Amino acid sequence: MPATWWLKKRVYFMFMMREFTAVFAGAYAVLLLVMLGKLKRGEIADFVGWLHSPLSITFHLVALAFAIYNTITTFNAIPQVMPIRIGEDKLPAPMLIAPNYAAWVVVSLGLVFILTRPLS
Amino acid sequence: MPDEKITLEVMRYHPEKDEQPSFQTYEVPFREDWVVLDALNWIKDEVDGTLTFRWSCRMGVCGSCGMMVNGTPKLTCAAFLRDYYPKPIRVEPLANFPIERDLVVVLDDFMAKLSAVKPYLIRKPGEERSLDDGEYRQSPAELARYKQFSMCINCMLCYAACPVMGLEPEFVGPAAIALAMRYNLDSRDQGAEERKDVIFTHDAIWNCTYVGECSVVCPKHVDPAGAIQQAKVAAAVDYYTSFLTPWKK
Repeated sequence: MPATWWLKKRVYFMFMMREFTAVFAGAYAVLLLVMLGKLKRGEIADFVGWLHSPLSITFHLVALAFAIYNTITTFNAIPQVMPIRIGEDKLPAPMLIAPNYAAWVVVSLGLVFILTRPLS
Repeated sequence: MPDEKITLEVMRYHPEKDEQPSFQTYEVPFREDWVVLDALNWIKDEVDGTLTFRWSCRMGVCGSCGMMVNGTPKLTCAAFLRDYYPKPIRVEPLANFPIERDLVVVLDDFMAKLSAVKPYLIRKPGEERSLDDGEYRQSPAELARYKQFSMCINCMLCYAACPVMGLEPEFVGPAAIALAMRYNLDSRDQGAEERKDVIFTHDAIWNCTYVGECSVVCPKHVDPAGAIQQAKVAAAVDYYTSFLTPWKK
């Protein structure tokens, strides 16, 4: 099989994109570590300056798109990976997926609230 | 209407005379109710008797007639010409298998993988049942735990759809792992421990990257992708409990 096998069919391409989301997750983790380092050394203003740059904004938008794609594909996989049986029946797929979206919204709103509160 | 034709591009390969496979084009009568298998049989009857392919039940239960139809693994008895008409249909042998002849693939490796997962009820020593003990009692709920995974017709469409199968020939594969789970989840079976060395391995479940195409192409809705991911969960739980709660068996 050629190394370009995943370019031959759309489903394979979307699978590789799902796997590729890990690269952006890893890159963002590195970015957070760099931020912590700069905070420790008192260079946080430089970092915030960089955050406003076109490169940074582009990276964040692309990383966000991949993160959302990863979240949606992960949530959709739950009924297949962890089906919950009750007697002869299985819980319907939406019942397994919906609470995750709800938790996502709640946690996101919670984070926004915490991060936008004025400091004392 | 009676004169409508559809084009089939069929892969041909006779190892005794061909260096490599090639495509041959046939103009086949188009009938509303015909499937690709009907077209292949028409070619064999009317045009070229040397065209070689497997088929049997022609109704989607035997698993013999699996082939690539326009690049997608399908049972040719279930692929209607009308769904492709008027565009040409490309018919090739099942992907990820060596070609025996024309549209026939070599099955030996697949059969060996099926046997390797010990696809039979295993009882622990001392817990075998004789006929005098009567039948096994199984509730509808116990049946439901494994029934879906028992519906496999060994058509190998899942192996043709799986990119890991193409990249790693040692991969045990979707159907074989689903078959192992069929027995592991059967209340009459006590062989999960024995199957661990075959299934909870790098060549089996851990080679799967959850592309999920196997379940998409499965004509019997077995959901082998689900079987494999559920096996991964079971393997992880088994691993952690083996040293966190070693007294449990």
